[in-house]
Amino acid sequence: MKAPVEYLLHLADNAVVLGQRDAEWCGHGPILEEDLALANVSLDLIGQARLLYQLAAARLGGDATEDKLAYFRDDTEFRNYTLLELPNHGPLVGYAASDRDYATTIVRNFLYSALMVLVWDALEKSADADLAAIAAKSLKEARYHLHHAADWVVKFGDGTEESHARAQAALDHLLPYTEEFWTPSAAEDTAVAAGATVDIRTLRAAWDALVADTLAQATLKRPEVRGYVPEGKHGRHSEHLSYLLAEMQGLARTHPNGIW
Amino acid sequence: MNTPALKDWPLWEVFVRSKQGLEHKHCGSLHAADAAQALHMARDVYTRRQEGVSIWVVPSAAITASNPDDKGELFDPAADKIYRHPTFYEIPEEVGHM
Repeated sequence: MKAPVEYLLHLADNAVVLGQRDAEWCGHGPILEEDLALANVSLDLIGQARLLYQLAAARLGGDATEDKLAYFRDDTEFRNYTLLELPNHGPLVGYAASDRDYATTIVRNFLYSALMVLVWDALEKSADADLAAIAAKSLKEARYHLHHAADWVVKFGDGTEESHARAQAALDHLLPYTEEFWTPSAAEDTAVAAGATVDIRTLRAAWDALVADTLAQATLKRPEVRGYVPEGKHGRHSEHLSYLLAEMQGLARTHPNGIW
Repeated sequence: MNTPALKDWPLWEVFVRSKQGLEHKHCGSLHAADAAQALHMARDVYTRRQEGVSIWVVPSAAITASNPDDKGELFDPAADKIYRHPTFYEIPEEVGHM
């Protein structure tokens, strides 16, 4: 059975929002090789988002297109995890480009790609054949993203005193946001009922093991998480998403029928 | 604390084998903290357009190179030994294509 459009949008919005965040480093990476590597990750994510938006648009019918879904929906319509819209710096830091913190970017990519290798692996067996095909392509990319990010988490954690401190601070800041992964939304429940995806909670033990393994190598401590559970995938976002969308959607909205 | 700081990253030489190629060809160099990272970076820097199916990375420090100043004594003596080229020899017609 087919996955509901709301679920496709959840997956697509995740990919496009993180793709946009990672792309902010393009031309500003810490070293040339890493600048290219992160841009590659970003392009993979935007490619995944396109396939998912195209599928969602085809199922919505009418005048829906991938561009309309990406560029003409407002922040409350986006179904991405809150984790992915957060800026590339820690809390209580200014918005200047020079305040960007690579450890924050890498730890976020690590926490998300550790989830997505499990999600895409499960979706490869989806009863929704179109979604299964997208999953097969995306799984290879996600595996590389996880490898790339985990490698850096270990290098930061097990690196210099400063890199260790920054990686630990990024982990302390970001890990609480992953609680959102494990509380299914109505769209996810519908997708599970249709056999289009698995209950996300069944992936938690494997995710915990992936994270624990890398953190142990990185000599980083997993912070205790309690309290607030973000609700980005329900459309209730942090203040950061609308700024991100303003930048991402501005051009398309200024020239609605522009072609380039 | 095992990863060296950025300024101490060693240089690596990158060799890539293309789909059609039988040998790895030198295509450039990069800085990386260790061999595994050098391999990943080489993938991102040198195989973005499907240039390769296999990558080698070698620490630049492990390569012993000839000195350009020794060019004369190393290579010039071969210049007048044209009999080392197969084209020096006339092949009898009965042999046909070789």
